[in-house]
Amino acid sequence: MSEIVLEGRNIVRDYHVGGSLFAKAKVVHAVKDVSFTLEKGKTLAIVGESGCGKSTLGRILTLIDPQTSGELLIDGKPINIAKDRITPEMRRKVQIIFQNPYGSLNPRQKIGEVLGEPLLLNTNKTAAERRELAMQMLVKVGLGPEHYNRYPHMFSGGQRQRIAIARALMLSPSLLVLDEPVSALDLSVQAQVLNLLADLQDEFDLTYVFISHDLSVVRYIADEVMVMYYGEVVEYGTREEVFSNPQHSYTKTLFAATPKSDVESIRARLARKKAAA
Amino acid sequence: MALLEIKNLSVGFDTSTGQFMAVQGIDLSVDAREVLAIVGESGSGKSVAMLAVMGLLPKAATVTADSMIFDGHDMLTMSGKQRREIIGRDVAMIFQEPMASLNPCFTVGFQLEEVLRFHMKMDRPTRRKRAIELFKQVGIPAPEERLNSFPHQMSGGQCQRVMIAIAIACNPKLLIADEPTTALDVTIQKQILDLLVSLQAKHGMGLIMITHDMGVVAETADRVIVQYKGRKMEEADVLSLFEAPKSPYTRALLSALPENATGDRLSTVADFMKNEAASAGVAP
Amino acid sequence: MADTTVPGGTSTESSLWRRIAEFWYYFSENRGAVIGLCFFVLLVIIALLAPLIAPHGPADQYRDAVLVPPYGQEGGRLTFLLGTDAVGRDILSRLIYGARYSLFIGVIVTTIALIGGIFLGVIAGYFRGWVDSAIMRLMDIILAFPSLLLALVLVAVLGPGLVNAMIAIALVFQPHFVRLTRAAVMSEKTRDYVIAAKVSGAGHLRLMFKTILPNCMAPLIVQATLSFSNAILDAAALGFLGYGAQPPTPEWGTMLADAREFISSGHWWVVTLPGLAILITVLAINLVGDGLRDALDPKLKRS
Repeated sequence: MSEIVLEGRNIVRDYHVGGSLFAKAKVVHAVKDVSFTLEKGKTLAIVGESGCGKSTLGRILTLIDPQTSGELLIDGKPINIAKDRITPEMRRKVQIIFQNPYGSLNPRQKIGEVLGEPLLLNTNKTAAERRELAMQMLVKVGLGPEHYNRYPHMFSGGQRQRIAIARALMLSPSLLVLDEPVSALDLSVQAQVLNLLADLQDEFDLTYVFISHDLSVVRYIADEVMVMYYGEVVEYGTREEVFSNPQHSYTKTLFAATPKSDVESIRARLARKKAAA
Repeated sequence: MALLEIKNLSVGFDTSTGQFMAVQGIDLSVDAREVLAIVGESGSGKSVAMLAVMGLLPKAATVTADSMIFDGHDMLTMSGKQRREIIGRDVAMIFQEPMASLNPCFTVGFQLEEVLRFHMKMDRPTRRKRAIELFKQVGIPAPEERLNSFPHQMSGGQCQRVMIAIAIACNPKLLIADEPTTALDVTIQKQILDLLVSLQAKHGMGLIMITHDMGVVAETADRVIVQYKGRKMEEADVLSLFEAPKSPYTRALLSALPENATGDRLSTVADFMKNEAASAGVAP
Repeated sequence: MADTTVPGGTSTESSLWRRIAEFWYYFSENRGAVIGLCFFVLLVIIALLAPLIAPHGPADQYRDAVLVPPYGQEGGRLTFLLGTDAVGRDILSRLIYGARYSLFIGVIVTTIALIGGIFLGVIAGYFRGWVDSAIMRLMDIILAFPSLLLALVLVAVLGPGLVNAMIAIALVFQPHFVRLTRAAVMSEKTRDYVIAAKVSGAGHLRLMFKTILPNCMAPLIVQATLSFSNAILDAAALGFLGYGAQPPTPEWGTMLADAREFISSGHWWVVTLPGLAILITVLAINLVGDGLRDALDPKLKRS
């Protein structure tokens, strides 16, 4: 068995909403008792509808928000940001890519600065070294050194997502949390970015946590699948297990609702329509 | 005769860097009782073409067409007043963001009845009765109570149902749905699509589905127009489009679907782009 | 949204030019703003070159030419184009020198208010909680007073004079900048790029001033322009009441105060001309502010 990069043990996240001088705070359980393990080089897909807690879980894994209770282990080391300060070494292990490529890049920052910032803040590299590494990374994600001095608004959505991927990889993390990375992209660009992610995973031996609502993408990219529903994990297994033999009724509903675009389904639908008319 | 027939539609926008052509020479026709899907990626001008038909484009846009005939009326020469009478009654439109399409200051019932008062000149009790009936049709439970809700008290799927109720309130002949399910979850998407298609069949409307999602096309359309950068790439009935796409762009688009992945890699549209760029010099 | 590479050759300079060109496109759509800008530029030039342009010194008194009407009126003289005041000073020259004071007041007051407002606003919007409450309640207290009255009280405490008047006005303007900055920071703070910078390891100070603040500048620039004209107005008002610049300073408000006794007499030019100068300047700057808002605020941008 290969090494385990990420492990969650009974992770819970509660939110207190309302709660002013006059109203008692209500507790919302965004993530309930989630446990999982993820091996190096694998992809775990977290599937669910909006508000099911998948993004909250992603933020906990990326050390943005603390968990309310439960244990989070990255590379075997437990971490709880509510108690401990995040060390630069911890920071370097896990990075995130967001859904909206238009919001995730600072409009006033040149691409070079975007890519250099993680190095500037976490390493002692000189400006020349940072520049060199950023240029190399741009080439790796399919852009060119000539993009170094441009601003984000000069790029298309797909290119921006490449830049966001490049920024996440600057610190050579072992774990990448991808929060709906292709949902905002056009179909053709989506394919390119998915290909890029697959290439980078091979090259850097990356572990992915892939958060998505799109089952066809999940089926393409995931090794393991976790289905969340109202903060709870209702289905967790390998891709083959989940897709060929879903256990929970919600998973089945989800599969039934996904549009089918194969010729057989279209033919069946048209036949049904004809019969009804 | 077709319900809506447009010949050689072009739409240009004035911008700080000169005129930008969003739609270039599109021909389009929809019959009553037909579901036409216009599919394309962002920037393909799929929404702009329909907004031009509705007369909803900003002043910076210039619309030209050889002809634009809806149900025997010439939309090009029509006065603003005539157009407003037709739009909302005979042509209705629903949008991507149901929450943003409803006015947050008024109850959904009021907004629905407003349409009935304006276009159908109904009195108050008839309006209420019709509103309840419409809510039942679009599958909103407990319609009497829901009429008094404000948009923020309803979920996205419920709001989209309200939008559909408003759209079909005057028994339109043509319903234009602009990415009606993009903002919704998959399970809700399924319900809304089923609702739209069943309403279309029941009322014998023409339905234009604008979408970027090939899955939505496959689940709803009779006929499909594929658009790319303001031009029509292909027009075909849905089965032959998926079975044997003629245009290289459609082929590229279909092979980029993750479910059509062969082996480890997805084919991309990049190859098509290259050909496009190479032939740009000679293309009309 | 094609994922093709933009052809090379678009360097940073051309991007900057394109941004300026785009800015000018939206700005110049507002005719009034362009006129305002032209007048403002003219005013700056006049203020800078005052010693060269002005026909007389601002404090030179011509005892033989007291209350001479403007040239063209009966009894007007060519040497005193806009006439003279009660002690025989050339009004045109005083107005020209007065432009210096007005611009100086505008710049200083706006700068002080802007810097203080940004600092407090960023802290309040970024940290929220009790820091936010404390700062905002203090600003609410300042806002609860009529602004000119508060400025008067402050000047009364600090003692009359141009510098104290400017400090007082800057303090009165503070809350507007704090509120605006705070609102902008709060909306930017939740954006993904800020979280991304946080995940990159950026600390609080860097997040506040390097990541968030540059993206909040557009509304602040607009507010600064409008404050600029307000500062000129308030300073003139204080001057008129005798708490601002002290005579014989050729400040427009002070000039008005000196001319108070002629308001109902026949010597209309002594009163009208400084008033007109204030009016036109404030109007021009406000027009520029409107144009800036059109050009900088993406929400108001027409497609």
